[in-house]
Amino acid sequence: MHIHRFEKLWIGLSLFLIACFIGIVMFGFTVLDLKVPGGDPSGQTVDPMNLTETPFANPGIREIEDGQAEYEVYMVARKFLFQPSTGGALELPADTRVTFHLTSPDVIHGLEVVGTNINSMVIPGQVATFTTIFPETGTYGLICHEYCGAAHHSMQGQIKVVPKDEFDESTLVDADA
Amino acid sequence: MTFVDHYPKATRVIKAAFLVAFTALGLGGLGGLLQALHRTDTVRGIISSTQYYDVLTGHGVLLALVFTTFFIVGLYQWGISRSLDREPENMTFTWTWFWVMTVGTTLTTIAIVGGLIPGSEISAAVLYTFYPPLQAHPLFYIGAAGLVVGSWMAAADWFWSFWKWRENNAEESIPLQTYMVLFTMLMWYISSLGVALEVVVLLIPWSLGLVTNIDPLLPRTLFWYFGHAVVYFWLLPAYFVWYSILPKLSGGRLFSDSLTRIVFIMFLLLSTPIGFHHQYADPGIDLGYKLWAVISTLLIVLPSLMTAFTVISSMEHGARQRGGSGYFAWMGALPWNRPAFVGCALAGIMFAAGGFSGIINASLNIDMLIHNTAWIPGHFHLTVGTASALTFMAITYWLLPQLTGRTLKYNKLALAQPYTWFIGMTLMSNALHRAGLAGIPRRVAEPMYRLVDYDPPFGTVDEMQWQVAVGGTILFISLIMFLVVVVANWSRADETAADIDDTLPSPLSGAEHSPKILDNMKLWIGIAIVLVLLAYTLPLADMVMDGLFSPGAPPSPV
Repeated sequence: MHIHRFEKLWIGLSLFLIACFIGIVMFGFTVLDLKVPGGDPSGQTVDPMNLTETPFANPGIREIEDGQAEYEVYMVARKFLFQPSTGGALELPADTRVTFHLTSPDVIHGLEVVGTNINSMVIPGQVATFTTIFPETGTYGLICHEYCGAAHHSMQGQIKVVPKDEFDESTLVDADA
Repeated sequence: MTFVDHYPKATRVIKAAFLVAFTALGLGGLGGLLQALHRTDTVRGIISSTQYYDVLTGHGVLLALVFTTFFIVGLYQWGISRSLDREPENMTFTWTWFWVMTVGTTLTTIAIVGGLIPGSEISAAVLYTFYPPLQAHPLFYIGAAGLVVGSWMAAADWFWSFWKWRENNAEESIPLQTYMVLFTMLMWYISSLGVALEVVVLLIPWSLGLVTNIDPLLPRTLFWYFGHAVVYFWLLPAYFVWYSILPKLSGGRLFSDSLTRIVFIMFLLLSTPIGFHHQYADPGIDLGYKLWAVISTLLIVLPSLMTAFTVISSMEHGARQRGGSGYFAWMGALPWNRPAFVGCALAGIMFAAGGFSGIINASLNIDMLIHNTAWIPGHFHLTVGTASALTFMAITYWLLPQLTGRTLKYNKLALAQPYTWFIGMTLMSNALHRAGLAGIPRRVAEPMYRLVDYDPPFGTVDEMQWQVAVGGTILFISLIMFLVVVVANWSRADETAADIDDTLPSPLSGAEHSPKILDNMKLWIGIAIVLVLLAYTLPLADMVMDGLFSPGAPPSPV
């Protein structure tokens, strides 16, 4: 089989380019710690029809000490609101590692915090988990980015990031209320 | 004498398939116009924000599934009959697959349109991806299954023709167009099995109420097992045109037969095992599968880059035959006044841009910036919406005379159409990409939220909205231009015109230089299946082990 030398060169350059793309993703993943959402590390699923038996029975922000993060947020996405954050802004401290856990009791939703790389699917039965840091204070809009029904375009919320020393710990919820 | 005189039976089924395809194109395109105007708040009130999702479902299904599949079966029937020099083996069987597809399409369309009729019990506002627990009327799923099964029968018809041809041509290399058709359809068999299982085993029983609850992750994963390979099912027929017809339209010959075959083998091997790149942001899919998807998805860039080389070098060869010279000046010698060439060439240019935005989508953590934002429709309107759709429209200008026996009327309108499409798509797609970078979501009737401020990195939100509305309108005008040309050229001539252009020159480096192993279908099917099993066995087993319908969520009819 004859392959023209220009074509050989082109294939070589293409493979090099592809290797660079893969390298960039891996560099971001390892060195810059740019991760993607995943499930519960233990592979646990939840019963969408019975969230009262789970930590999602009492959604909100809690203090934790697991070495990964200082706080964790349990959030429920349901038609057509986020609990917490739709009724009133969810307040979080800046410069602090916060782990989010999300699930849905009804249909597939999405979570996008506009202006950040926070982006996750929320799937009934699964718990989406990711850890993040908000370096800057301010108010962030939060939207459902997966079509979830007739009023999908109304599903929104807010996160208010405050300086760490101004964070009001009275907003914390109990784990097993 | 042209195609219609040699193969009158094949011509009838090709024209029937094109008729359905172009009807779907007109209806789906109208949906697109309504969305562009509604979403950008340019014109609201024709449809409500709730009906937006019915229209969006129709737009996605009619264009991405119906227009593409019907055009492809028509185009491929042409390629098979022409390159094997055969009519279909049994017309009853051929018309059976056509009608299975058509009845299926009709049922699905009824379910979708039902949602727009007040008081109707039938609706299917589940969008093109139909993720459960959103639940459509059973007709939606039954019709979709018909469309897929009909396309399988069409593929079987072409294999039948090929085996019959093989009986008399035992030693010959597979004709190149037939090769491209058969490898596309092998890929289609492997990948559409996922959606068939999803629909038949899970969704039809569930929509009929035989089971109540559904596990959302399993059908979603089966959908994406199919859902990325399907884009290659749309794209490979465009490649078929770019490899086998575009060099001739440029005035030259294909660069290499063997590299064409290698590219199609790569797509057979890599199209299906990469579906997890649509689930980077999903819980319930282990990180290892996502990382493997990054590598295999970026590897599939290789056959497309090779295609860019082959197509451009074939065009350059043609331009030089036409008297072009210089490093870049040869481009001016290409036939920029012939509609079929112009459409294919502009589609190729836009595909390059779409390919680059696709590389962002494939890049795991970078994808988190744009996942499910307007960037994604910006991307796929360049790929399926231009690379495939504009190529299909353009090659219609070249094929239709062969199916009717009359030379093309309305040449100037046909020539203006691809340029118009290019302008409309440039406006709409660049704005959608940038809107995605600003975080504006896709699939939403009203993207301006009370609690959200967008801060675009380039341009302003108003300017992007304006470009989407104007671009969408121009695209719809281009679509009407195309349909006018088709209608004007549809009927059979009383006598076939003498000067219909239907010959295809042989490649510069022909099949005699291609190693036999490239034609070894069993080998390549075997490797393709192994790669699929490696990518999908464990994750699917994980999801199935706790019960097919568990953890179950209740249905949510829309």
